[in-house]
Amino acid sequence: MSNNTLSLYMRKKKRERQIMWKKVKASKNCYWFILPYALLFLICYVIPIAMSLFLSFTYFNVLEAPEFRGMQNYVNLILADDVFLTAVKNTFVLAGIIGPVSYIASFLFAWMINELPRYLRAVVVVVFYAPSLAAGSTMAIWKIIFNNDAYGWINSLLQVFGVEPILWLSNPSYMLIVVIIVSVWSSMGAGFLGFVAGFQGLDKSQYEAAYVDGLKNRMQELWYITLPSMKPMLMFGAINAITTAFNVSAIPEQLCGNPSTDYAVHTVVTHLNDYGGVRYEMGYASAIATVLFLAMLLCNKFIQKLLSRVGTN
Amino acid sequence: MKKIRRRKYRQPGRSRAGDLGVYIILTIFGVMFVIPLIMAVCQAFKPLDELYKFPQTILVYNPTLNNFKDLFVIMGQSWVPFSRYIFNTVFITAVGTAGQLLIASMGAYVLAKYDFPGGRKLFAMITTAMMFNNSVTRIPLYLIMAKLGWLDTYFAPILPALAAPMGLFLMKQFMEGIPDSLLEAAKIDGAKEWGIFTKIVMPNVKPAWLTLIIFSVQGLWNDPQSTYIYSEELKTLPYALSQVTAGGVARAGAGAAVGLFMMIVPIGIFIFSESNILETMASSGIKE
Repeated sequence: MSNNTLSLYMRKKKRERQIMWKKVKASKNCYWFILPYALLFLICYVIPIAMSLFLSFTYFNVLEAPEFRGMQNYVNLILADDVFLTAVKNTFVLAGIIGPVSYIASFLFAWMINELPRYLRAVVVVVFYAPSLAAGSTMAIWKIIFNNDAYGWINSLLQVFGVEPILWLSNPSYMLIVVIIVSVWSSMGAGFLGFVAGFQGLDKSQYEAAYVDGLKNRMQELWYITLPSMKPMLMFGAINAITTAFNVSAIPEQLCGNPSTDYAVHTVVTHLNDYGGVRYEMGYASAIATVLFLAMLLCNKFIQKLLSRVGTN
Repeated sequence: MKKIRRRKYRQPGRSRAGDLGVYIILTIFGVMFVIPLIMAVCQAFKPLDELYKFPQTILVYNPTLNNFKDLFVIMGQSWVPFSRYIFNTVFITAVGTAGQLLIASMGAYVLAKYDFPGGRKLFAMITTAMMFNNSVTRIPLYLIMAKLGWLDTYFAPILPALAAPMGLFLMKQFMEGIPDSLLEAAKIDGAKEWGIFTKIVMPNVKPAWLTLIIFSVQGLWNDPQSTYIYSEELKTLPYALSQVTAGGVARAGAGAAVGLFMMIVPIGIFIFSESNILETMASSGIKE
């Protein structure tokens, strides 16, 4: 009996494999189209990521061969590394503010910009997008604006009004807010442009039809028509917002140094850079990256679920 | 007369108060966004005494070109001719951007429009890869490049940029908006897959690929590429300029000039492609 079911099962499997193979053959063209990308993606992304996932279970100082350590890195990370816990807390605060604020702001700005006449629109898009283009080279300017001593732009203004200079970049109670301001300023990047381009690609005729059907104002238009048809762009913007918000590191490092005073703006990625780039403990750094990766994946799953509800009510 | 004409051109559902609100909000935030940029531009034209003036000013009062002159003098003293750095960066940026546009669009097209075995899995992997911090993959990538002989060649900066997940993701999201009926009609007319891709799909997603060009140029132009390249002849402009700014107070002026210089090219390319995006818009408007 068992022999019979087994052979039945085998036959079914074989049949499935044949159907699969037919499908693969039928979509031969698809594979040719994707081959160059897939090959480079495998070499430059998949294999390095797999390797660093493996390294997260080892001790690896770049010079000697990695030494297998099991879960030791993760145990140390969670139980023994107090600075990491501070970094996690800071990253959650920063990501929780910067992510949603920049996501919503970039959508709203793109939407408002779309209401402008054509030539004005071009100028305003440049104004909002330029900061993210120039973020690297304007960090020096932000350092002047928030400089700790009296030469700082804000401090020199404060001094005119008789207020003592504030240590913007090394007083823990101000550092977080400075990093948030500069991050949001420079975050109208990929997601924002995706929105702008998405708005321009919308089909104008569906609006006319909707107004005939009784749509009243631009708010209703936004909710019932624009948002649902912008779904692909909303997803693109969300992933962008998540990656920028969780990876905040260049701005705190350049403004406040690494490590910053009292670890006030120490994030998971600055912690990672500390271990990977300064101490050359790549195994430990890989473990940090893996934890961050898992957190971002969870966050992404959650947001994609939320986005799938847009416009359904 | 004028009033009647304006009303005629007003879109439905647009109140005047709403328009005013849009203008006010955009003006306030626009000014906040642009102030640091104006400062960055002015900084490059400030003489040394104004750079360290108290209190600091946003605008420049005695503009000078001395900072740029200093920068050129420093450039003239470099180990390899400075034009070499510029060539490297322009070459890497141009090839990397063109290549990414082609390769990512081809991949995105089949992922967006066909359901073939493995396609969905590959796309899930691509979006997942975007979440991984690339500063830890740098050493594994270095080892792989050493095996393949890419180290210290133009391949090292260009090839990983071609496969950047962001580009493919962006193109796919836009290509999903192309109606299937359009592609089927072309197929019935006897168009080959490649013809559909170049003649129907690509022209329809022009805003997307201009956006992709902007991202790609921005990334490649600003990347110092110092991890995988060690010969001086292959090093890039951001690397060379970071050496200039490392000079501290003595080179503060030249450093500000560098900042302006690095900023101006991506913004220039952005403005150029932006006007192109709007042109596409205008022409498609005429057809309707």
